[in-house]
Amino acid sequence: MIQFILNNKEIKTSLPKGTLLLDFIRYHQQLTGTKIGCREGDCGACSVLVGEIKNNELEYRSATSCLMAIGNANGKHIVTVEGTNIEGLNFVQQCFANEGATQCGFCTPGFMVALAGYALSKNEKNITTAIDAINGNICRCTGYKSIERAVATIVNKLANNKNVDVIGFAIEHHFLPSYFLTIHKRLLALNEVIENTIAPNNNVKMLGGGTDLYVQQHDTMVDSNIDFLFDNQKLKGITQVGNICYVGAAATVTDVLESPIFLQFFPNLQKHIKLVSSTPIRNMATIAGNFVNASPIGDFTIFFLALNAQVVLNKSNNSRVVPLQQLYKGYKQLAKADNEYVAHFYFELPTPNSFFNFEKVCKRTHLDIASVNTAINIITDNKVIVTAHLSAGGIGPIPTYLHKATNYLIGKTIDTKTVSACIEIATTEIAPISDARGTAAYKSFLLGQLIKAHFIELFGLHFN
Amino acid sequence: MKNIDSYTHTRGESIYLDDITTLQGTLYAACFDATIAHGKLISIDIADAELCEGVVKILTHKDITGQNQIGGIIPDEPLLAADEVHFCGMPIALVVATTAHEARQALKKITVQIEALPVITNAREAASKNKLIIPPRTFCMGDSAKAFADCTHVFTGQCDTNGQEHLYIETQGAYAIPQENGNIKIYSSTQGPTAVQRAVCKVTGLAMHQIEIDVTRLGGGFGGKEDQANTWAALCALATHITKRPVKYALNRMEDMRMTGKRHPYSSDFKIGLNKELKIIAFETTTFQNAGAAADLSPAVMERTLFHCTNTYFIPNVTATAFSCKTNLPPNTAFRGFGGPQGMFIIESAIATAADALGIDAWVIQQKNLLQTGDELPYGQKVQSEANECWDKAFEQFDMATLQENVANFNANNIFFKKGISVMPICFGISFTNTLMNQARALVHVYTDGTVVVSTGAVEMGQGVNTKMVQVVANTFSIASNKIKVNSTNTYRVANTSPSAASATADLNGKATLIACTNILNRIKQVAATELNVAVEKITLQNEFVYVENVITTLDWNTLILTTYNKRISLSESGHYATPDIYFNKSKEKGHPFAYHVYGTAITEVTIDCIRGTYQFDGVKLVHDFGNSMNPLIDRGQIEGGLVQGIGWMTLEEIVYDANGKLKSNALSTYKVPDIYAVPKQIDIAFLQTQKNSLAIFNSKAVGEPPLMYGIGAFFALRNAIKNFNTQLRPAFDAPLTPEKVLMNLYNKYAVENMPVPVA
Repeated sequence: MIQFILNNKEIKTSLPKGTLLLDFIRYHQQLTGTKIGCREGDCGACSVLVGEIKNNELEYRSATSCLMAIGNANGKHIVTVEGTNIEGLNFVQQCFANEGATQCGFCTPGFMVALAGYALSKNEKNITTAIDAINGNICRCTGYKSIERAVATIVNKLANNKNVDVIGFAIEHHFLPSYFLTIHKRLLALNEVIENTIAPNNNVKMLGGGTDLYVQQHDTMVDSNIDFLFDNQKLKGITQVGNICYVGAAATVTDVLESPIFLQFFPNLQKHIKLVSSTPIRNMATIAGNFVNASPIGDFTIFFLALNAQVVLNKSNNSRVVPLQQLYKGYKQLAKADNEYVAHFYFELPTPNSFFNFEKVCKRTHLDIASVNTAINIITDNKVIVTAHLSAGGIGPIPTYLHKATNYLIGKTIDTKTVSACIEIATTEIAPISDARGTAAYKSFLLGQLIKAHFIELFGLHFN
Repeated sequence: MKNIDSYTHTRGESIYLDDITTLQGTLYAACFDATIAHGKLISIDIADAELCEGVVKILTHKDITGQNQIGGIIPDEPLLAADEVHFCGMPIALVVATTAHEARQALKKITVQIEALPVITNAREAASKNKLIIPPRTFCMGDSAKAFADCTHVFTGQCDTNGQEHLYIETQGAYAIPQENGNIKIYSSTQGPTAVQRAVCKVTGLAMHQIEIDVTRLGGGFGGKEDQANTWAALCALATHITKRPVKYALNRMEDMRMTGKRHPYSSDFKIGLNKELKIIAFETTTFQNAGAAADLSPAVMERTLFHCTNTYFIPNVTATAFSCKTNLPPNTAFRGFGGPQGMFIIESAIATAADALGIDAWVIQQKNLLQTGDELPYGQKVQSEANECWDKAFEQFDMATLQENVANFNANNIFFKKGISVMPICFGISFTNTLMNQARALVHVYTDGTVVVSTGAVEMGQGVNTKMVQVVANTFSIASNKIKVNSTNTYRVANTSPSAASATADLNGKATLIACTNILNRIKQVAATELNVAVEKITLQNEFVYVENVITTLDWNTLILTTYNKRISLSESGHYATPDIYFNKSKEKGHPFAYHVYGTAITEVTIDCIRGTYQFDGVKLVHDFGNSMNPLIDRGQIEGGLVQGIGWMTLEEIVYDANGKLKSNALSTYKVPDIYAVPKQIDIAFLQTQKNSLAIFNSKAVGEPPLMYGIGAFFALRNAIKNFNTQLRPAFDAPLTPEKVLMNLYNKYAVENMPVPVA
């Protein structure tokens, strides 16, 4: 039995826990404001808000309901566009209407929901953060300019809130209906009575945020026996012990992005993560899920390969450590038994002599899958490389740790000659294929360019 | 006036096809389609699938009760493959089951035997094998062959544009519901209700009066739901006709992307000749359109390519020939601009070729050749030009000289980043080029409480046409817009409609509405004159009151309407409009096909990252010829949206088929349309407001398609930025200029073996 609050209504359902929230909303609850655009998290037309109590505060994040199992809604508050309606248009809706920011209207509910979530977020309110909130929403009609104009007015309004009570402010200024005031209490009560969703036994599918599994196996997920890892408290959390950082398997990209540890040690984190998917997907996707999906261009796999991450795999009573470098046996093949799951992973935090960079190029800079991505982590001593890790995706069947190029770098002085030789070696240990993301020749050349980019970004090298 | 749908749109209360409350007993359909692009269909085995849970019926070509034919212009497209398959994604069978999930599960149990035949995906290859949809056509003016001899400069070259996926966010779909006596009502997500009605009739064998098509709105169309909506409606209707049950099919995204056609790829050769003053004296082009496996709208699209292959320039000697080539891709179809953008790309490539060789900026040549009023286009129409007005205003208002200087300074001071700038003037003809389609009807009812309902043939798909219809009624009757409702587009209310296309929907249906309203207005004015005992000429209606010689009376709109009814005078009217003065003689390829032309000039600035090959558009600044815009909010939205769609076509949006004709860019994860970060940082639009008499509704010129062509400027801005990185480079005219092509061009990596193979 799954229980949650949908808008202003308590829901109890015995449907399969793998049922997609999108289908539940549209076809079981007849809330047709939530639209189907792509069913793979790439358009945002099905966006909903997911509210839950964290550290005794009600917190909302956006999600694409097309990739979210109702099992992951258990005990939470789900908000659709209908749940943001008040008498007359709410403030966000009015701004869109005034600016002509809705044309065919099909993508509009997704924008409305994402911006309601923005109003409820504690982010600093400015144009940049507001656009970030809708960066997972595709509009094919407007060219976005009218949307930007509407957003500017919304930001102006929200920036007036000097109060920490975002929900109170949102209700007072007609962003949301007043029932939101009741949700905190109702969620507390609900969480007293909900069933634990972790109970399956055999033939289980382990599900994190669903952002990969529901794209690739959407047909079979509904009826699968699912072990829901996403809300498993044992798998949560990002902690630091000495110079080691531990990341729980259920930690999402947003968790990483908001982690004080990551923000301290990776000053360019915002810039790097901006290149990866979109806000609603980052809210759902787990880093560990990215690892086990084994995509040859998994952005975070490439990111953490360069940090030489160690993955802890659990199974019933056993636990073992596999270096991320050794997790991949071949295309989508893992050195992991079916009944093993990632508990957490850990890595050494950068030192003052560490230089880390992440590069990614795709057809569309944002919300796209890489043609090639690469990360580098270098420790130097007086301009000489003492430790190096260089990874790359999109250039072979697995997320690749570039062993030869890495080995070459160790002991070398940082200059353009070293980089050119490194590129030449890297090119010998890759095997890109031509596909929708680019020709093999391009990917091979691009990797070299991105290795150059690492050294331009980190050391200001100058290439002719 | 704001878009009348914005209230329900923003609240999530607008009803699209998949939101219609389904009737009890509704069945759900899913299509089994070809996975081989060309072959003999030996057998279809549906036995196992029929046993699947929930399956009610599986239809193949044998079940078709009428003709197995949905071709619009040419009857060359079967609804369900019978003897052969002609493209990957061609429908072969339709599963109808009690749920959509069951229908799709059963698809996996269908097997077919197909004997593979050679696959052609390239237009030039098809032409060389004489696989043509229709015989080639040539537009001719002057004598280009002779004129080249008099030219100081002559250049030749080739250019290619790839296709474009419509990516309406609402996928295709239909919902058929059985009515009494075997009649069928169909909700369809279509731009062309009458086309759907005809296709359904042909396939089922029913007559047109038995079929009702109803369209509330589309979640985007862009041309993709002009003819291509017919298939799904015909399939659902056939299933309803056979099962006597309601049948619904809302395609999922991958089905939609692989089974439907897109913008036509083109590959073209050109030859351009200029005199020493840089006037273009002669232009020749031969262009190969990749039509896909059936005609669909390709002949009409090809015709518009010929109409627009000299864009906004006066060229006295032109020979333009176009081939519509039959390949094994899904039948390509209408897409905003309808072949016009592809035509314009040819002349712009030719001008850029000349500019490269002469070491000058392309806009020097462009400016010297802009159309002047009275100039004749190759198809014989003399123009009322705003080309120079738009160009001059753009250069002045946006200070082109400073822009150029800033770009030059930036480039001098940056190594890893380079900027490029381009100018893209446009001239786009408004009207269906098939003259007979330029007609429309509207039905207006005034109710006794003073409210009004208007029905037209226009389909609302985000372009705001319904809002403009409300404006026509409100303006004519001088009543508040909340008294007016626009009905769904329905073939029982308005018959024999032309599709909502060719940018002409608001003009045609607006004029028909205006005629209907004016007729009612004249009748009620007569009633008012009688009531007030004054001459009818003295009567006007203003703000819901009757005025006599501009003085308000106590007679208000509501009372006047009731009085009219009480006098047994009709408060309903059907208006019919046919665009005057247009004709085209296809045997001579001359005439006056367009009601008017729309002009504009866009200046585009881009910055490329020369290490990564990525780019960002800094700004597009444009002057657009709106006439006298009746709704600047909506019209501005059309310009911005069209421009960005055009930029997408020229930059990120890359359709990839493999050599076997299988679509590789088959999902939103592999086909990228602009997101909010990908659009120009700044879009400035200056209105060229003119009061010149035109055939546009309220002199407010059509805005749907023209702005898309500003996007072509994105290609040339990028190309110029690449040349600013290395002046020796001459990037091929091969759109889209993806980050891949930018990077490979920057470093001159297009050795022959790496050259991407254009699908045209």
